[in-house]
Amino acid sequence: MGGAHLLDPYQPGRGFLRSMPAQCKIVAAFGYVICVVVTPITAGWAFGVHLLVLASLCALARLRPLFVIRRLAVEIPFLAFAAALPFVVPGPRVELLGLGLSRPGLEQAFGLLARATLGLMTVIVLAATTPANDLLVGLERLRLPPVIIAVASFMIRYSGLVVDQMRRMGVARRSRGHEPRSLRATGVLAASLGTLFIRSYERGERVHLAMLARGYSGTMPAAMPTVSPRPGQWATASALVVLGVAVAVAGRSLDLGVVS
Amino acid sequence: MTAAADAGRPAVEIEGLAFAYPDGRQVLFGVDLTVARGERIAVLGPNGAGKTTLMLHLNGILAAGAGTLRIGGMPVAKANMPEIRRRVGLVFQDPDDQLFMPTVGQDVAFGPANLGLRGAELSGRVAEALRAVGLAEYAERAPHHLSLGERRRAAVATVLAMRPEVLVLDEPSANLDPAGRRELAEVLQGLDLTLIMVTHDLPYALQLCPRSVILDQGMIVADGATATLLSDEPLMTSHRLELPFGFNPRHAIAESS
Repeated sequence: MGGAHLLDPYQPGRGFLRSMPAQCKIVAAFGYVICVVVTPITAGWAFGVHLLVLASLCALARLRPLFVIRRLAVEIPFLAFAAALPFVVPGPRVELLGLGLSRPGLEQAFGLLARATLGLMTVIVLAATTPANDLLVGLERLRLPPVIIAVASFMIRYSGLVVDQMRRMGVARRSRGHEPRSLRATGVLAASLGTLFIRSYERGERVHLAMLARGYSGTMPAAMPTVSPRPGQWATASALVVLGVAVAVAGRSLDLGVVS
Repeated sequence: MTAAADAGRPAVEIEGLAFAYPDGRQVLFGVDLTVARGERIAVLGPNGAGKTTLMLHLNGILAAGAGTLRIGGMPVAKANMPEIRRRVGLVFQDPDDQLFMPTVGQDVAFGPANLGLRGAELSGRVAEALRAVGLAEYAERAPHHLSLGERRRAAVATVLAMRPEVLVLDEPSANLDPAGRRELAEVLQGLDLTLIMVTHDLPYALQLCPRSVILDQGMIVADGATATLLSDEPLMTSHRLELPFGFNPRHAIAESS
């Protein structure tokens, strides 16, 4: 099951990060990502501190470095965009390895790379220490609209099925002598994806009908039972955000000091 | 199209086939099976016996861990794959896995197009295959607007269009209504090729296949005339096979003959 691994990032284990209720972790992760985003690009060292904080969180959660790196691969398409920036952004040029690169472009590329990586690392820690269902419960406790939670829970429920279906369709295609190597295969793949979309859509309708048949009236049943966080856990979660704010503020003020 | 040297060889020869999935779970433990040309044979067995795994070996989707497979004398090996996939037509249990093009006609054309057919020859194949399953008028229809019975027959057409020598069906009667079952049976009985049917539907096996094998825990545990196997109550019970309530294979044979 190659897809199951991809779709279920939770890494079972022990420790205070895993026992902390999901809503604390969501608030802390969200807060920290905002701190990373408001840290000015020019304060390079501040990103180093952020990286250190997140790396220690990964270590605390006992995540294998390889696991984190493999999951970070999601950002590669965005990095391609970042790599283009030094060549296309106008501004003063700097000479690097015989190439004339734009200084603001380099800065923006660095900012994109650093922010994307750090933000993603935060989410990786969150997802690896929280089972998908607990995340939903946490979001519910944070008063997110029930419709959004319902949509998210359906996605978690059915994405595995869709991936399985895709794999079975692949086997059926290969059985009829199709080898997806040439460029011509893209058309076939497109037709497959289109069919998959229609069938997922129709499955959605059937699921909805089955829900109506069991008395669904537009709202999900009352909240799932939850553990209320202890004050200490909220304190730990906010400590992380405070740390992030401190780094961001320090980066901002030192940066201003340099400029003036 | 078959090479002259291959003529006269059995349609399917399986010797000592063993297979384990990459996670280490072994499913097949030395399967031996020979199917003559034009024979219709049912593969019976409980869930998890390895029936579908065996089926996926026949056209090389899964590669044997040990043992050999030959289709009409040709070994199932990487070098022969296009020809093997043409010779063995697999019809999957869920026709929705097989039908993925916007229209039935395009879908039936997919297999022969992969074999390199184009133009009039291709459209001839499509028409011929659709006619063979009684869906001649359906070429322009979208698969998701067909009934399950029609979709399953369309799935049979998608492989018939490749002119296979061996037709392998996974649970062909699953979820069909009685009329759909009968229509599919008529189509299958009208085909002049070797037929291997993986099924739980014992009356269907009796109706369509003179010979049956029972696969249990990755081994062929019984091989014989379908009527004899189905009448052997101790054998059936020991492999979790049960006849539907009120069904007596002896009576069914007596009535049909």
